[in-house]
Amino acid sequence: MKKISSSNITKEKHYLNRRFFIKGGVASLLSVIPIKGYSFHNNSDKIKILNLQQKKDKLNSYEEITTYNNFYEFGMGKSDPSSNSNKFKPLPWSVNIEGLVENPGKINLEDLLKNMTIEDRIYRLRCVEGWSMVIPWQGFPLNKLIKKVKPLSSANYVQFETIYRPSEMPGQNTLFAEYRGVLPWPYLEGLRMDEAMHDLTILSTGLYGHDLLNQNGAPLRLVVPWKYGFKSIKSIVAIRFLQKQPETTWSEANPREYGFYSNVNPDVDHPRWSQATERRIGEFKRRNTLMFNGYAEEVSYLYKNMDLRKYY
Amino acid sequence: MKLNLILKVKPLLFILLLAPSIYWFASLYMGKMGINPIEKLIRELGEFSLQLLIITLCITPLSKIKILKNIIILRRMIGLFAFFYVCLHLSTYIIIDHFFNWEYILKDIYKRPFITFGFSAFLLMTPLALTSNNISIKKLSFKLWKKIHTLIYIIAPIAALHYYLLTKADKTEPLIYLIIIFILIFFRIYVYFSKKFSLPR
Repeated sequence: MKKISSSNITKEKHYLNRRFFIKGGVASLLSVIPIKGYSFHNNSDKIKILNLQQKKDKLNSYEEITTYNNFYEFGMGKSDPSSNSNKFKPLPWSVNIEGLVENPGKINLEDLLKNMTIEDRIYRLRCVEGWSMVIPWQGFPLNKLIKKVKPLSSANYVQFETIYRPSEMPGQNTLFAEYRGVLPWPYLEGLRMDEAMHDLTILSTGLYGHDLLNQNGAPLRLVVPWKYGFKSIKSIVAIRFLQKQPETTWSEANPREYGFYSNVNPDVDHPRWSQATERRIGEFKRRNTLMFNGYAEEVSYLYKNMDLRKYY
Repeated sequence: MKLNLILKVKPLLFILLLAPSIYWFASLYMGKMGINPIEKLIRELGEFSLQLLIITLCITPLSKIKILKNIIILRRMIGLFAFFYVCLHLSTYIIIDHFFNWEYILKDIYKRPFITFGFSAFLLMTPLALTSNNISIKKLSFKLWKKIHTLIYIIAPIAALHYYLLTKADKTEPLIYLIIIFILIFFRIYVYFSKKFSLPR
């Protein structure tokens, strides 16, 4: 882990002038519903940069990160989430803690954030489709929440659920969804307990010093940087502690192509396309995809004796 | 439609069909092709060539309608434009997307069904494009020439399958193309057999 001061990593003027972003939709929303603890971007001096390859990784722009998204609840096209998500109201929000825990129940987002220190995490995000970005997230390690709710020793897995709200999410009420190959809702994802407890795994509430926009999974989403992007589930309403490996949406929809683990791995191809290379958004030439998206040093011990071709 | 009108429309149609390629490459050059421009360029080129292929297939049945019979004159040009866009689609993939990384590209063609289908469609289209001129018809005899050009009934479904297989979710669009192509092919099978088995009057 390298620690670099913020001035070393980016000249992105928007990031430096982060306050200018708090305008438009989110700003007005926040002015109507003033929420303590839901404005969390005041610790830029504590930026934690994990394994960025010196200057090889440049931050993607705010525009790139907020207008090129996969969030099928708002539509299948890359620009659909940014153009179809304005009806979605992320506040008020609460997360239901369920399953094998000592402290189950509803947690209000503001209450949750009151007790969390929001950190900056700059991570690469590699989409299973073969493109990638570098994103400055704000959030807190998932393990802090897990420790608070105290899972039982029998809890081996964690399942996450995205909100189901078809009145505000046009992608959730498409016609003939089954026949068209649209996903079943609500969207589900999962992690093994040790993956969930890993320090790199965060619950994010913001990016570029700005509360998450709807298209990026407002108000609370998972970020697991060594796995393909679809594992980083958005707009989470439930976190479930389970004994057995849970159902996850993509691997249920197409088990041959999407496994439970879905670790970034240049040597294990998706059946329909290679995973050896990727195009960093904003770059012309493709680059080679790195094992565990470049986080091998931090996470490879989790999969020490596992056949990653079998557990893809 | 009068023959005269069709002949006047033809050069206009030429410019109209050429224009998208100029527009897309200019947009790419000016950085106005969106956040992931190369992927978008490949998609636009591919989808347009599939659409042109389908239009080419529509022309024969439409020309059976009396007032439209002269549109058959436009078929060759539209078909050649379909091939033109396929060439741009493929060369964008080879040159701009993978920058002549042959090892990677050959592996892609061999290993991934959707690319295998796409590449086969290109290969099968090549003889059609090369013989789309009057000299070839004369040299080959019309009968043989026509036989070669029935390849289009294999090319079109393969091309649509190429699109269907690469789509990750929401396969509506490729399905629509596939259905149109099957209707058009079914129409020809129907015509062929009804001619063959109808009794001479």
